[in-house]
Amino acid sequence: MVDVTPADAVPPAEVAEMELYHPHSWWTKYVFSQDAKVIAIQYSGTATAIGLVALVLSWLMRLQLGFPGTFDFITPEAYYQFITMHGMIMVIYLLTALFLGGFGNYLIPLMVGARDMVFPYVNMLSYWIYLLAVLVLVSSFFAPGGPTGAGWTLYPPQAIMTGTPGGQEWGIILMLVSLILFIIGFTMGGLNYVVTVLQARTRGMTMMRLPLTVWGIFTATVMALLAFPALFVACVMMLLDRALGTSFFMPAVVEMGEQLQHNGGSPILFQHLFWFFGHPEVYIVALPAFGIVSDLISTHARKNIFGYRMMVWAIVGIGALSFVVWAHHMYVSGMHPYFGFFFATTTLIIAIPTAIKVYNWVLTLWRGDIHLTIPMLFAMAFIVTFVNGGLTGLFLGNVVVDVPLSDTMFVVAHFHMVMGVAPILVIFGAIYHWYPKVTGRMLNETLGRFHFWVTFLGAYLIFFPMHYIGLMGVPRRYAEMTDVTVMTESAHHLNSFISIMAFIVGFAQIVFLFNLIWSIRHGREAGGNPWRATTLEWQTPQTPPAHGNFGKELPIVYRWAYDYSVPGAKEDFIPQNMPGTFGPSREPA
Amino acid sequence: MAETTLTHTGQTESRPAGWQGIAADWSSDQRAFKNVSWGKAMMWIFLLSDTFIFGCFLLSYMTARASTRVPWPNPSEVFALRIGGSDIPLILIAIMTFVLISSSGTMAMAVNFGYRRDRRKTAILMLLTAALGATFVGMQAFEWTKLITEGVRPWGNPWGAAQFGSTFFMITGFHGTHVTIGVIFLIIVARKVWRGDYDVGRPGFFTSRRGRYENVEIMGLYWHFVDLVWVFIFAFFYLW
Repeated sequence: MVDVTPADAVPPAEVAEMELYHPHSWWTKYVFSQDAKVIAIQYSGTATAIGLVALVLSWLMRLQLGFPGTFDFITPEAYYQFITMHGMIMVIYLLTALFLGGFGNYLIPLMVGARDMVFPYVNMLSYWIYLLAVLVLVSSFFAPGGPTGAGWTLYPPQAIMTGTPGGQEWGIILMLVSLILFIIGFTMGGLNYVVTVLQARTRGMTMMRLPLTVWGIFTATVMALLAFPALFVACVMMLLDRALGTSFFMPAVVEMGEQLQHNGGSPILFQHLFWFFGHPEVYIVALPAFGIVSDLISTHARKNIFGYRMMVWAIVGIGALSFVVWAHHMYVSGMHPYFGFFFATTTLIIAIPTAIKVYNWVLTLWRGDIHLTIPMLFAMAFIVTFVNGGLTGLFLGNVVVDVPLSDTMFVVAHFHMVMGVAPILVIFGAIYHWYPKVTGRMLNETLGRFHFWVTFLGAYLIFFPMHYIGLMGVPRRYAEMTDVTVMTESAHHLNSFISIMAFIVGFAQIVFLFNLIWSIRHGREAGGNPWRATTLEWQTPQTPPAHGNFGKELPIVYRWAYDYSVPGAKEDFIPQNMPGTFGPSREPA
Repeated sequence: MAETTLTHTGQTESRPAGWQGIAADWSSDQRAFKNVSWGKAMMWIFLLSDTFIFGCFLLSYMTARASTRVPWPNPSEVFALRIGGSDIPLILIAIMTFVLISSSGTMAMAVNFGYRRDRRKTAILMLLTAALGATFVGMQAFEWTKLITEGVRPWGNPWGAAQFGSTFFMITGFHGTHVTIGVIFLIIVARKVWRGDYDVGRPGFFTSRRGRYENVEIMGLYWHFVDLVWVFIFAFFYLW
């Protein structure tokens, strides 16, 4: 990594120019497009649309919880359906698809200096299969019996039994088929992201010069390729249990006084398979957020990221560790105490690389030239929120503390803080940050600040009280708790308060969507590099980048992504593709 | 696959041995796996992911088998064929395994002739591989039919644990699907080889990209993987 100065020190291209498909018609340009940027926007649009459905579902749930008995159309069955669909959509179809399919597709080729993903055709298929998965999921709302109400974890045996909404109707089948399709589609995209990062970087772009955004998305994608298989297998087996009457997960069950034909299956096996996917999934969502927020903080604090190498190793370490912690979701499943001891230990070990990351973000901010732009506000809000959510994770990671807290609203508050609100804050920050590159215009500042403050403060007003009522012992997944001792008068009031806040925060998201659409035409012209950032996507000849991203010549990278405020340099940022030596760079040697 | 596996990059080929070499590759420019094309890298990573799928299937099968309280049907009786008046245990499965492993051999030869630009032999060997694969699937269909006529169902069987039938049909079915997909793609690639697509650089119908003879090798990676998986299924299902 000595090739900082002379251009001729850059090694020759190892790979010939990528052969791109050049669209001939409107259809192949905007609909069946093989351009990763268009695919990214398709992914993001679809994910946002289905995310809105999940948002409305959360409102409906809050209506019921905050004002029980007021709304007749929310039956207990419907409540379970809302819970299930809300959870599944948010985790899989919104967060995973948006981070990897949306941001991954847009940013990876641009940031590593490639013209496109390595296999654009497969990449296109990935989106269309994802869309099909979403449509199958949505169709379950209109199927006889409605969508499944098994809870987003779909635990058997109840997931496929009569008492559960959709259990013996269409709901569960459509859910499982949709998940299987999602995994197939994701695999097609995921292989592309991984190979593009590994094998299609531009000259000078070593792995240790990649922006942390790419590191986060890359590691998350590798994890997803290894974790989704477990969900795939679980879905196939449950589908067979439901459709063919096999007994993989079904023990002998007496239902309504009648012995079911199932016999000898293991519900715990499903839990293991599900959480072998489910826990890495938390980090599949979190790692891209970690990466993106690192870049947001560095850019908007005009300072190099603190401890770049440690940041990379922390990402990789978290990714690896997250495969050996899954059973901490199963402490109350009756597992052997030593088993719990092992998983509690590994769970707490994850706190170390995570804490390294938090310290490094704070130290990046330390004495930085902090610009309180909207992306920066969201980034800082993320740090605070993530620490909050992470600390309650330490509670729940310990078996003895988890057992009384398990299945209470405390758990709901914890994971919404850490994997709901925190990554979503990063997504918002990232959208405010990269929107100018995608559209050429800035998002409206006033609306943006309104959106930020309402979302940030509102999220706390929703989830802080929720921790409290959880500690009081209020269980989750109950549609109505009017005559239960744990539901005190104050808990009721808090519930109503949370519901009202949920509506306000939800309303702010509508404002945000309005801003997204309004600014396409009416936003301030952004220019090519409004944030004065170093990474390659801001150095493209056109904004938005044209097909093939980089004009005639691919950029050559001479430095890492974090040369901000280098003493002696004319500007306070040095783009990655600018040759020459400027002052003491902090790039690790 | 537009890009070529450049073996002459102008860089010195000498790399440090062992871990240092791995570290040198990973910290190097442009590509983490030197001289590995995109297509080949993608296939390897896909196979890694697929390994996890089969791994989960087999682990679930082992869990089911180890935890059932009902006796497990005896494989050497269940999978026996009555030939010439005597029951020969595992005979069909032995033939199936032999056929599939042989197809790996023909596939490897096809890869070799592909790199020698011998269109005819490559295509013939690929078609032979496909034929062996189809034979395997055919014999699997025969075995399924036999078991079904004997009363084995996904939800139960005459001899013991219901999970026997469920795991058997699921796992062999999933593997058979892999083989079938492999056969289809073998035929497609063989046709391209035969027609000389890789010599003249004819763009693909869907991808509009020019393929290369390396596609034969990538196809081979998949095929060998499917064979390897079969060895594990064979060991865990029929020999346990």
